[in-house]
Amino acid sequence: MHRPIHELSAAYRRGDLTPVAVAEDYLARIGAFDGKVGAYLTVVREQALAAARESELRWRAGSPRGPLDGAPIALKDVLCTAGVRTTAGSRMLERFVPPYDATIVERLRAAGAVVLGKTNLDEFAMGSSTEHSAFHPTRNPWDLARVPGGSSGGSAAAVAGGLAAGAYGSDTGGSIRQPAAFCGVVGLKPTYGRVSRYGLIALASSLDQIGPFAQDVADTALLLGVVAGHDRRDATSIQAPVPDYAAELTKGVAGLTLGLPDEYFIDGMDPDVERAVRQAIEVLQGLGARIERVSLPTTRHSLAAYYVILPAEASSNLARYDGVKFGLRVPGRDLVEMQSRTRAAGFGAEVKRRIMLGTYALSAGYYDAYYGKAQSVRTLVRREFAAAFARVDLIVAPTTPNVAFKHGEKEDPLSMYLNDVFTIPGNLAGIPGVSVPCGFSAAGLPIGLQVLGRPLDEARVLRAAYAYEQATTWRSRRPELA
Amino acid sequence: MSAAASRYETVIGLEVHAQLSTRSKMFCGCPTTFGAPPNTQTCPVCLGMPGVLPVVNRRAVEFGIRTALAFSCRVNEACRFARKHYYYPDMPKNYQISQYEEPLAEDGFLEIDVEGGARSIGIQRLHLEEDVGKLLHEGTLETAQASLVDFNRSGVALMETVSRPDLSSPAEAASYLRAFRSVLIFLGVCDGNMEEGSLRCDANVSIRPRGSAPLGTKVEIKNLNSFRNVQRALEFEVRRQAQALDAGERIVQETRLWEADRGYTRSMRTKEFAHDYRYFPEPDLVPLQIDRRWVEEIRAELPELPRAWRRRAVAQYGLPPYDAEVLTQSRALVDYYEAALRESSQASGAGTDRPKVLSNWIMSELLRVLPGDDERAIKSSPIPPRHLVGLLQLIENSTISGKIAKDVFQKMFDTGQDARTIVEREGLTQVADEGALGRVIDSVMAANPKAIEDYRRGKKEAKGALIGQVMKETRGKANPALVNRLLEDKLSQT
Repeated sequence: MHRPIHELSAAYRRGDLTPVAVAEDYLARIGAFDGKVGAYLTVVREQALAAARESELRWRAGSPRGPLDGAPIALKDVLCTAGVRTTAGSRMLERFVPPYDATIVERLRAAGAVVLGKTNLDEFAMGSSTEHSAFHPTRNPWDLARVPGGSSGGSAAAVAGGLAAGAYGSDTGGSIRQPAAFCGVVGLKPTYGRVSRYGLIALASSLDQIGPFAQDVADTALLLGVVAGHDRRDATSIQAPVPDYAAELTKGVAGLTLGLPDEYFIDGMDPDVERAVRQAIEVLQGLGARIERVSLPTTRHSLAAYYVILPAEASSNLARYDGVKFGLRVPGRDLVEMQSRTRAAGFGAEVKRRIMLGTYALSAGYYDAYYGKAQSVRTLVRREFAAAFARVDLIVAPTTPNVAFKHGEKEDPLSMYLNDVFTIPGNLAGIPGVSVPCGFSAAGLPIGLQVLGRPLDEARVLRAAYAYEQATTWRSRRPELA
Repeated sequence: MSAAASRYETVIGLEVHAQLSTRSKMFCGCPTTFGAPPNTQTCPVCLGMPGVLPVVNRRAVEFGIRTALAFSCRVNEACRFARKHYYYPDMPKNYQISQYEEPLAEDGFLEIDVEGGARSIGIQRLHLEEDVGKLLHEGTLETAQASLVDFNRSGVALMETVSRPDLSSPAEAASYLRAFRSVLIFLGVCDGNMEEGSLRCDANVSIRPRGSAPLGTKVEIKNLNSFRNVQRALEFEVRRQAQALDAGERIVQETRLWEADRGYTRSMRTKEFAHDYRYFPEPDLVPLQIDRRWVEEIRAELPELPRAWRRRAVAQYGLPPYDAEVLTQSRALVDYYEAALRESSQASGAGTDRPKVLSNWIMSELLRVLPGDDERAIKSSPIPPRHLVGLLQLIENSTISGKIAKDVFQKMFDTGQDARTIVEREGLTQVADEGALGRVIDSVMAANPKAIEDYRRGKKEAKGALIGQVMKETRGKANPALVNRLLEDKLSQT
């Protein structure tokens, strides 16, 4: 029964399927296969069934709340859910139960979506492999010896493995697009400010953005449309009308100019990835798109700037975890000892590394050289994209330089950081980007095509992804878990 | 002037934190009522829970602009919030959302009255931030087995105003704080209640040999939470620094805490242990663009400020400067006074010195019985301005004596009734009937032959005792001037 949400809702409408049957089927698959995949940290079986029953009544009464009514979805465990523990993949929040729902969770509930559970991630969304969850690693459904990418690896693996019809994650430097590419699903990072961050456990506030994972582009449009839009609880959310993304999908790419950035085809990238992406671009050309080379030279400084800004903001955002108010507390003889022990025990190595980097970058006398400089690079990146988008409608590039790697393969943090080299610039610029499957490596591992667009131009980004997807058959291939 | 003060010049700057009287907190919708049970005025935002975001309180920005305009500051076209980091358990996020490089307003001044005239004290900057919670210790901080945190105050809107180092004595510093408080109260942006912590003050103080150009090393003093403490702490600190310099020591740049109970400052931390606050722009808030039209609207609605009112009261009402100063400690008190004056001008028989008589009654009687001089206390006064004026009329038309009037005032306060009602009910109308009073005086004289004899032998004080007896017999209702005249007549008759 694992099929796209738009097909599920069509089946609900016809009466061929019911939300309860579908939810039960997903829960059964989770029971059967999640032991292998490890996509979930928490499954809320009873709540999911209750929501499915309510959805079923609405469908039966002919008054569903919209295209997501009865859709079984999963949420990355950084999205706060009232009454359901939200761990951020950390010991620090192992028993933290938020008293409130994130804005997107409120909107999803209002749309009738059925939340199946909370998915695994690298601790506090720091990582690119979902190996660095404090609880267990998540495995790639295409090859259980490999990582699903990260940090939203649980959400990507859930959708790829048929353990959820759709899912949400957060993308700070590629944490939606990279795991989407590794797992052969569609993953969208919207424009910064398009989706409210209220209730998203912050990693780097100026970069974080929530977005969907889906089996296809049509579902991606639906999942974005329901959660996008201004929220008065998030001062950085944009006040702009939300287009009907689904209605825009079929407009095609004929007449669009796609930019091909020189800097996104680099030495050392997997030749299978380069081949697949170049073939995908030919497909888009065949559909009537014009291709133009563009140059984004600051790309090579993006990673450095990102690894100053992100740790700086993270060190600040994570300061609240001190054992005083919520989450883990390890007793000590006095306050300082209690706080030190709590933070020593509650945070993993990568989190500590970034807190130290960020604390240093913000310290008196170093601020200008690090944080200030990194913000200047960020401005350059933004301007470069703006200049490119004055000439082209969209930019197409690989999502990642490589396909999914093996568990334990990247021990060195720097080589792990390099995974996000093609996705980070989009976060620095705050622009939307999608990863859509564009083939497989010789070893049968998925490859992602990245489409980047102008701020708030998600509709065109999705339109190109849809045109490509409809012209190819990659999405018919599914990993086999049984 | 002490010896130290004459050898050295004192340089003081004040940082004042004022709690803005907005109904909700700086970055969330929680109420700000003082004294609610612990942790009942909190939400995920002001508790700093994972995932929450701040939203700026528009009213707090308006209050900040209003204050900035009153101090003639430049309101910046854009300002920005910044995170200030330090670990303290009363601060839920372990950073405070404040303003750093781009404050709301800069470069203003406040005029204060000093010995021999007025001085203009520069205001360097004014910015908005959030307050922290409160720690409650079981017993003392040193011996407590546990500490409790109350987050009700966490996130309450604070306005920090930093003066330039223009204050040249502890008395001037106290005077600045008094004038500052009074302006805030007049603007309606802060209740000025120092006991409840609505206004808190830190000082930077240094001394230098008189006439020497470079500033001395400055010391920051914290915990100055009353006018008296500001002055006492600074006096102590100036003396301490002078003694140190006299002894050939150097002043260490440090933060010192004023121990009000013990009357001294003690070192909290030296420069080497100063916090590195790791400020950076708050990424959860966009820079605030301040609309010029909004600023002009706020400017147009600025009320008359205390200094202007005092000048007017002295010129127009002939009020002594001291009275004007006392009244302007509270805008509600000035409103009360003005209302009473209006009533008074409508009432008949107003004496020419009514403005002064009214301020006397307000300062010595009303402020004695009311729980405070803040808006709450004045507005809920059981004696409205109209009743006070009514009482004064009864004195002026000799219906009651000034002495009886004080009793009537207390009864007005206790019952909320007007003076006439009380006087009539209790039969307090002054006895001004010469025949009746004459009879009372005759009987008093008959009962006190010794006093009469004393008086006639030249002991004039004896008359006072007789008057006292007459007042006692009439239960204070006798017109004292009439008693005096009648008694003198009778004493000189025989």
